[in-house]
Amino acid sequence: MLCRIVHYRGTHMTLLDPPLAQLQGVHKTYGKVKALDGVDLQLHAGQLLALLGPNGAGKTTAIGLLLGMTGADAGSATLSGLPPQTLAARRHVGVMLQSAGIPDTLKVCELLDLTRSYYADPLSVADCVALAGLGNLLSRRYGKLSGGQQRRVQFAMAICGRPRLLFLDEPTTGLDIEARQGLWKAIRELVASGCAVLLTTHYLEEAEALADQVAVLHHGRIVAAGSVAQIRAHVSQRRIRCITSLTPQEVAAWPQVRSARLDQGTLEVIADVAEPVVLQLLSHDPHLGNLEVQRAGLAEAFIEITRDATLQEAA
Amino acid sequence: MNTVIAARTPSPFSPLRCYWLEAKYEFLRLLRTPAFALPALTFPVLFYLLFGVLLAGPRGGGASTYLLVTYGVFGIMGPALFGFGVAMALDRELGLLKLKRAMPVPPGAMLMAKTLMAMMFGVIITAMLMGVALALASVQLAPGKLALLALINVLGVLPFCAIGLYIGTLVGGQGAAAVVNLVYLPMAFLSGLWMPLSMLPEVVSRFAPLWPAYHLSQIALKVIDADAGGSLSMHVVVLLVFTAVFLFLARRRLSS
Repeated sequence: MLCRIVHYRGTHMTLLDPPLAQLQGVHKTYGKVKALDGVDLQLHAGQLLALLGPNGAGKTTAIGLLLGMTGADAGSATLSGLPPQTLAARRHVGVMLQSAGIPDTLKVCELLDLTRSYYADPLSVADCVALAGLGNLLSRRYGKLSGGQQRRVQFAMAICGRPRLLFLDEPTTGLDIEARQGLWKAIRELVASGCAVLLTTHYLEEAEALADQVAVLHHGRIVAAGSVAQIRAHVSQRRIRCITSLTPQEVAAWPQVRSARLDQGTLEVIADVAEPVVLQLLSHDPHLGNLEVQRAGLAEAFIEITRDATLQEAA
Repeated sequence: MNTVIAARTPSPFSPLRCYWLEAKYEFLRLLRTPAFALPALTFPVLFYLLFGVLLAGPRGGGASTYLLVTYGVFGIMGPALFGFGVAMALDRELGLLKLKRAMPVPPGAMLMAKTLMAMMFGVIITAMLMGVALALASVQLAPGKLALLALINVLGVLPFCAIGLYIGTLVGGQGAAAVVNLVYLPMAFLSGLWMPLSMLPEVVSRFAPLWPAYHLSQIALKVIDADAGGSLSMHVVVLLVFTAVFLFLARRRLSS
């Protein structure tokens, strides 16, 4: 039985407080490339916002603005209503970036010691170890750790300051399934205790598992935003899979069917509505087996949304 | 197994502690990097043993004392140039600088940490050189003069920190070591740190005042009354100008 209560000081906030992180009408151009083209984002205590988008969509720029690494051409980025460059604002922020360049020759306990010293009221080392699953890594040098262990150390460094706002940039890249689940659990605990999290990830199942809010960036614009359920509702189609003697060409010609293809001996049909298509499949091939009907997930929705955005831009 | 992290009364927050830890771990990090620490700590002493002790011979008291001063300057330049130049280039390239900027690291803590690291290495190198000089080369210097030399060496890292910093903002991690060596070794030679300028072609000593290492060595040589006679304030001003100019250039590079 594992239970943990993490109290965050000063997290009794209401929606009237300024958002912990906010982008307002932000434009940012690098040379000729519009990295961000009028982006609005808000993040409140206890929320986990997943920022999704293909490479080059502007995710890194959005995070860079909120961390005060770069300035906006127009619009504003604020942390708790303050400019991100101010130390007072950043004292409540924890960060885990994709590439960290953490010194190989320092031990894990030394890295935590140093990082904890930046914050006014840090977690104890024991709590960091428990939350990030560091086990007995404290006396090991960072450079001697595996990729997954290094990610866990970076996570510990991100949370050790008892942050009210946590930036996680691709946090579980390189982790095995067990370590990823452990990290997800820790993230959920932090969110439950009132911490706000801005997550970017390539794993859509990660966003699906953790996020209550999702924003999809595409070419510097937010093309969809809302809860995971709302985003998934962008695609109403169902995916039907079965083993049958019917050919994809045959099935693709039916009404309601968007596409049909053979995938390792299994017929996969994407249909606008599942029931009539299933009925027709069964009536044409009573010996059909392994029937599965799935609702399209966040991944399909994401592909659909970004494709639509590309088509609209082209038009 | 219950872990309860209760709301605690926060201990008073002291940013001083993180300045100190930043410096401590910068020092440890480089001390544990053999490619940095080994040449930085051993080359000055080995060179001094060769030129200041063995070649100067038993009656080389004067030469041994002179070279103790100039190899001290040579020694403290290394960690300053490499620690700032190469380490800063790598920090920039690998993302540590970005991470530290995103974390609430107080302003200037990284620069101060690297400066203190260079000073710590400077103290160790100076102590090793003096140990060799007193034990093996029968150098005789009053404790006050030794302390003054050590102080000059420790403060003398500053212009080289600034130059190293600027190099670190210009080149990548791979190129930085080469560039630093191209600056470090020729400057040491042309400033008369390896052998006195009087033993070198006249043109070398005519251009020596161009190099900051020359001015630092002149200040240090004043302690043993072996300098070329320039005024102390002139040398100090030149070093301060070098420091300020390269700091300014580096700042401009870092903020762009």
